[in-house]
Amino acid sequence: MSIGLLVFVFVLSIFLGIELISKVPSQLHTPLMSGSNAISGITIVGALIATGRGADTVGIVLGTLAVVFATINVVGGYLVTNRMLAMFKKKEGGQK
Amino acid sequence: MTSSMGIVIDIGYIAASILFILGIKMLSKPGTARQGNLVSALGMFIAIVITLLSGGMSFTWIIVGLIVGSIIGTITANTVPMTAMPEMVALFNGFGGIASLLVGWAEYNARPESPLFTLIAIFFAVLIGGVAFSGSMIAYAKLAEKMPGKPILFKGQQIFNALLLIAIVVCGIMYAISPAGPSSYYVFIAIAVLSLILGIMAVIPIGGADMPVVISLLNSYSGLAACAAGFIILNNVLIVSGALVGASGIILTNIMCKAMNRSLGNVLFSGFGSSEGGGAGPVGVQGEAHPISAEDAYYVLEAAGSVVFVPGYGMAVAQAQHAVRELGEILENNGAEVRYAIHPVAGRMPGHMNVLLAEANVPYEQLAEMDDINPIINTIDVCIVIGANDVVNPAAREIESSPIYGMPIINVDYAKTVMVLKRSLRPGFAGVDNPLFFKENTRMLFGDAKATLQGLIAEFKES
Repeated sequence: MSIGLLVFVFVLSIFLGIELISKVPSQLHTPLMSGSNAISGITIVGALIATGRGADTVGIVLGTLAVVFATINVVGGYLVTNRMLAMFKKKEGGQK
Repeated sequence: MTSSMGIVIDIGYIAASILFILGIKMLSKPGTARQGNLVSALGMFIAIVITLLSGGMSFTWIIVGLIVGSIIGTITANTVPMTAMPEMVALFNGFGGIASLLVGWAEYNARPESPLFTLIAIFFAVLIGGVAFSGSMIAYAKLAEKMPGKPILFKGQQIFNALLLIAIVVCGIMYAISPAGPSSYYVFIAIAVLSLILGIMAVIPIGGADMPVVISLLNSYSGLAACAAGFIILNNVLIVSGALVGASGIILTNIMCKAMNRSLGNVLFSGFGSSEGGGAGPVGVQGEAHPISAEDAYYVLEAAGSVVFVPGYGMAVAQAQHAVRELGEILENNGAEVRYAIHPVAGRMPGHMNVLLAEANVPYEQLAEMDDINPIINTIDVCIVIGANDVVNPAAREIESSPIYGMPIINVDYAKTVMVLKRSLRPGFAGVDNPLFFKENTRMLFGDAKATLQGLIAEFKES
């Protein structure tokens, strides 16, 4: 894939992100932050590739550590966001 | 890898990107937020599975890493109390950052002689990832009160930071010119170490009350670090999702800055709330405060037809959210209209108060944003301020020399009566005296917020 194309995708994605979420009710600020935080764990893809391609010991240690941290970010981030949003939902349901 | 497998992989990554986009869009709307989170989690799952399917991988260490990470992530996510949410978010965010740094390092370790573009991407993954990691760790330590929340300033700080930046740029250029020379590995390590120091230096001068801005910004950084990792491995899904996170972090940062009427530069560099920065308190806000007992407060509340609670960080510290909800319910049963007014930067992260009140089962319909409550605040009988200070400080409106002048506040002093639950008359985080405490219609309920609320609840129950 050409570098120009990747930069193109990057710039468009930034604009897309800004358009997508320009208005957020304050109630959702924390879940949006922790949910998007979980998405930033996508770097796990890079960590998996780095670990899986087989390398010297240093490479394996670095890769495995990257997998561990990224997995904590992904798993913890999604679970904690879900836990928070479940509280919001339960309460709304409980009112009706 | 066969070409058909290549197509499957491409489609999988496209599907994951679409799910992230949909997920983050749904996450910003109250009705769909929870599904949005699940949609984005599905996208992540697909991205991981597709990567593992791409072939030619040895799985031993991958499996070890995934299992260890999943266990730690699951346990922490399920055990953390809601009051500790700001530091939890900071911690997870830092982990994302360090993962991107490690990906960059592993790539450099495997192939030091990469094309210039890859070298630059590695440089940014290490730099941004490192800053996101160490910055988040400092934010975590400040939020968890493992270090003082006050800004840490020293002489020559700006010069030190400037030299640090120059050193990083110089190392970066040396590394780009000769990535595989005899001493290049040391230069690379130096970049990583300097980036970590930069993250620490960037966050220590920022005080506790400005944390909502810092957390949003660090969130944005960890997304951009993932983006840089995407440029290293030439993978679109990292670039798309990293950019989405980067954008959402920037938007939140912007919302937080606007809510404080300050520029991002001012938040990051001014050391706001330090003895030098915020000490220039306004003169002439002295006066007499009017303390009130729980019993007298009970008589006022008993007669009130409308009550608005204004929570702040103090409510989180005192863990008073359940007591607040209980008093709110009692007042409602007593015939009062009860609402909760939330300032955008109340607490230590964006939306902090909403999370705590949700945990205490406060109905969503009773929560009001600052702009909804201010126009009708003069019709409110009683405003109860719980552990909030700067966000209700009329100095922001009245005293031009005040450091917080111009910051939008909840105008609680326009209500008929204001009750302030507070430990003492000490100024709030910003070190600014609060004329609210000395107003004619203000009554001070001194003591621990939770104990005071329980006292009020007891008064109602006895009657």
